[in-house]
Amino acid sequence: MADTTQNGPVLAADGTPLKRSLSRALRMQKTRALMLVAPLLLFVLITFLLPIADMLFRSVENNIVSDTLPKTVVALREWDPASGEAPGEEVYAALAADLQVAEENKTHTRVGTRLNYENPGISSLFRKAGRRVSKWDIETDGPFKEQFLDMDKDWGKVEIWQTIQTYSPTMTNGYFLNSVDLMKGADGVEVRPENERIYITLFIRTFIMSLVITCACIVLGYPVAWLLANLPTRSANMLMILVLLPFWTSLLVRTSAWKVMLQQQGVINETLVWLGLVADDARLVMINNQFGTIVAMTHILLPFMILPMYSVMQTINPSYLRAAKSLGATNWTAFWRVYFPNSVPGIGAGSILVFILAIGYYITPELVGGTKGVFISNRIAFHISTSLNWGLAAALGTILLAVVLLLYWTYDKIVGIDNVKLG
Amino acid sequence: MTAPTGNDAFVEFERVQKSYDGETLVVKDLNLTMPKGEFLTMLGPSGSGKTTCLMMLAGFETATHGDIRLGGISINNIPPHKRGIGMVFQNYALFPHMTIAENLSFPLEVRKMGKSEREEKVRRVLDMVEMGAFGGRRPAQLSGGQQQRIALARALVFEPELVLMDEPLGALDKQLREKMQFEITHLAHRLGITVVYVTHDQTEALTMSDRVAVFNDGVIQQLAPPDVLYEEPSNSFVAQFIGENNTLEGEIKEIKNGIAVVQLDDGELIDCKPVNVSKPGERTRVSIRPERVEYNKDRLRAGVHTLHAEVLEFIYMGDIFRTRLRVAGNDEFIIKTRNAPDQTRLQPGQQIEIGWLPEDCRALDA
Ligand SMILES: Nc1ncnc2c1ncn2[C@@H]1O[C@H](COP(=O)(O)OP(=O)(O)OP(=O)(O)O)[C@@H](O)[C@H]1O
Ligand SMILES: [Mg+2]
Repeated sequence: MADTTQNGPVLAADGTPLKRSLSRALRMQKTRALMLVAPLLLFVLITFLLPIADMLFRSVENNIVSDTLPKTVVALREWDPASGEAPGEEVYAALAADLQVAEENKTHTRVGTRLNYENPGISSLFRKAGRRVSKWDIETDGPFKEQFLDMDKDWGKVEIWQTIQTYSPTMTNGYFLNSVDLMKGADGVEVRPENERIYITLFIRTFIMSLVITCACIVLGYPVAWLLANLPTRSANMLMILVLLPFWTSLLVRTSAWKVMLQQQGVINETLVWLGLVADDARLVMINNQFGTIVAMTHILLPFMILPMYSVMQTINPSYLRAAKSLGATNWTAFWRVYFPNSVPGIGAGSILVFILAIGYYITPELVGGTKGVFISNRIAFHISTSLNWGLAAALGTILLAVVLLLYWTYDKIVGIDNVKLG
Repeated sequence: MTAPTGNDAFVEFERVQKSYDGETLVVKDLNLTMPKGEFLTMLGPSGSGKTTCLMMLAGFETATHGDIRLGGISINNIPPHKRGIGMVFQNYALFPHMTIAENLSFPLEVRKMGKSEREEKVRRVLDMVEMGAFGGRRPAQLSGGQQQRIALARALVFEPELVLMDEPLGALDKQLREKMQFEITHLAHRLGITVVYVTHDQTEALTMSDRVAVFNDGVIQQLAPPDVLYEEPSNSFVAQFIGENNTLEGEIKEIKNGIAVVQLDDGELIDCKPVNVSKPGERTRVSIRPERVEYNKDRLRAGVHTLHAEVLEFIYMGDIFRTRLRVAGNDEFIIKTRNAPDQTRLQPGQQIEIGWLPEDCRALDA
C-alpha cells in the first residue's frame, strides 16, 4: 500500500498522471462514438431542430416594420396616441420618404399585409399610398400630411398610427396574444371582441377531443392487445395482421371510407332506416362534426395504442395469474390486482403516443370534421397555406409544443416516465 | 398403489389420464394415494408429465379421464381459487408491482382477513423464513434464494394443508439448493403439511422425500421410499435413472432358491436376484451399483461367481476412488471404493477378479 500514501498524483506506466491518460483514452472513445452517430445527428439537426428553432423565432420576429419604414418608426416615437390626434407633419414626411424607397423595392405591400393581420384595411391603404408616393418629389412636394389625408382620410385615424407604432419594435408578443384571443389595444392588452375569438375554443376542443380519442383507444385496444398476447401463436399472428392492416392502406382512403359509412346517405344510416330504427327524415348526423372526427381518428390511431400495450403484456408472465388464483383470487381479482397493474406501463406508453399524435392531427379533422370538429392544427395549416400569416401559425405551433411538453412533464411527475415501456 | 385406502388417503389420483391434443396421452392411467403429512416427490425426465400432474391437482388443467380427490372429495369441478392449495412456481411468480409484505398479504386479503390479523401473519411467516427485514422491498431487489423463500412463505401464509412445488430450486446454484432442500423439508415436517414436489434432480428427490414417484412416459415406474428406490429398483428404467449403475446383458440360465444364474453374452456366468424375470431363456439386463462391486478376494462370499476384469482408468476423487473397467466386453463398468488406509489403488492395465453378493445384483427386464 506504499504507493497510495505517496505525495502527488498517481502515475501511469509511462509517467503521465493517471487522470490525464484516462481522460485521453476516454476522449478517443467518445470521439469515435460521436463520429458514428454524426450522420444521424446532422440529419436530426437539419430536418428537425432547425425548423423548430425557426418556428420559435418566427413567432416573435417582427423586423418588417422597422426595416421597411425606418424613418417613420423613429419619427413616431415622439407621438402619443393618448392625445387623440394624428401625428404631425414630420411623421408624414418620414412615411413618404420610406414609402418611396419601399415602392422601388416592392416591399410596401408586405408591410401592408403584415399590419393588416392586426388592423384589417391597412393593406389597401399602403398599396394605394405606394402608387401615389412614387410620383412625389420628397425634397419639394411637402408638406405631406394634407396630401395623405386627401388620398384617404383613414391616414388621419389614430388607430392606424397606433398599429404602426405598436408593431415597430423588432420583437413582438402580438402573435402570441392573437393565439389566445387577446390583442394590443389603446391601453395595453385587451380581450378581442366576442365574434373574433376562436383560438381558445379551438385549443380546448383539440385537447378534449384528443382525450376522448385516447380513452376510446384504451377501451377498445386493451382487449385486443390482451388477445394478441394470450392467443396461441397462429391465431395471434392472424390478429396481428388485422391490427396492422390499416397501416398498409392510405390514410386518405381510410378517412374517406368513414365518410361512406357515416354520411346521411351512408351505410349505417341506410341500414338503420331500413331496420326502421330511424325515420327517413331524421337520419343521424354522424359526419362533418365532432362525432365523425372522434370515430375516424380513434380508428386510425388504434394501432398506436395496441402495439405498445401488446408488447408490454407479452412480458407479463402467465404464471402470475396462476399464482394469484392458487392463492385464492377469483378470475376478476387476479386480473385487476395482478395483471392490470403490470400492464399499466403499456397503457401509459400507448396513451402518450396516441394523445400526442391526436393533438397535432390534421388530415382527418380536415376531411370529416366539418366546422365543429376541426382541430387547432387545421387553423395552423390555414395560416401557413392560405392566409400566409406564418407568424401566427408559428405562435400557435409553439403553444401546442409547449402544451405537449408540459403534459409530458406532468406525466413524468405523476406516473414516472420510467413506468412507460414499449416492451 | 391403486384404490383409495380408506381414512388415511388425503390426495388421491384414480385412473387419471390427460391428453392435450386428443392424440397422445401425456399422463396414462395414473393411480396415486398420499396420506396426510407426506412429502412426495415426482421425479422423471423432461416431458414425462410431472408438471401436468401438478397442474391437474392445482386445477389449472382438467383431467381428460379419471378422478382426483382431496380429503375424500372429488375436486374435478372445483375452480383453482377454491381448492386452497398452496403452490410454489418454478420462476417464483412473485408479483413484481407489490412489495414482499404485499405479496404475502395478498392471499389473506382475498380471504377478507382483517388488517391487524394480516400483518401479524405476514410478520410471523417472514420470521419463519428468516426474511423479517425484507418486507418493504420489491421482488426484483432480492436475490434468487431470497425470492425462493418468499415464494415459499407466500404459499404457506394462508395455511394450506397441501402445498405443490414445481422445481422450486431449479434456478439456484448447488450450494444454495442444498441449503434450501434442507429448509423446505424441515419446514414441511414442522408444519405437518402435505407436499407434492416436482424435480428432475434425483439427489434432491432422494434427500428430501418420504416417497418418490419415478415418472416416465406418463406412467409411474416405481413409487417407493428413497432407499428402496435406490437399492431395489423394480425395473431397468428406474435402475438407470436413479444413481449410477452398471448394466450387463445376458440370458437367464436357471432360477432356484431365489437366485438366478445369468449367462452373459460372452459366456460367463453370474448369480443375481431375479426381480422381473421369471423363466430360463429370457433376456435380461443385470444391474449392479458401483459401490457394491468387490475385487478383494478376502471379502467375497465363498462360492459366488466372479468375473474377469481389466482396469482401464483410475480416478482419484478425494473421498472415493472411481475405477473404470472392461468387464464382459463392457468398457464402461464403474466401481467405486472408499478411500481407506488399507485400500489398494488399482493401476491401469491390471487384471483383476470382481464379484458381488447375489442380492446386490438385480436381474431386470431387458
Ligand atoms: N399446454 C400444453 N399443450 C400441449 N402439450 C403440452 C402442454 N403442456 C405440456 N405438454 C406436453 O405434455 C408432455 C408433458 O409435459 P410436462 O410439462 O408435464 O412435463 P414435465 O415432466 O413437467 O417436464 P419438465 O421436467 O421438462 O418440466 C410434454 O410432452 C409436453 O410437450
Ligand atoms: Mg415441468
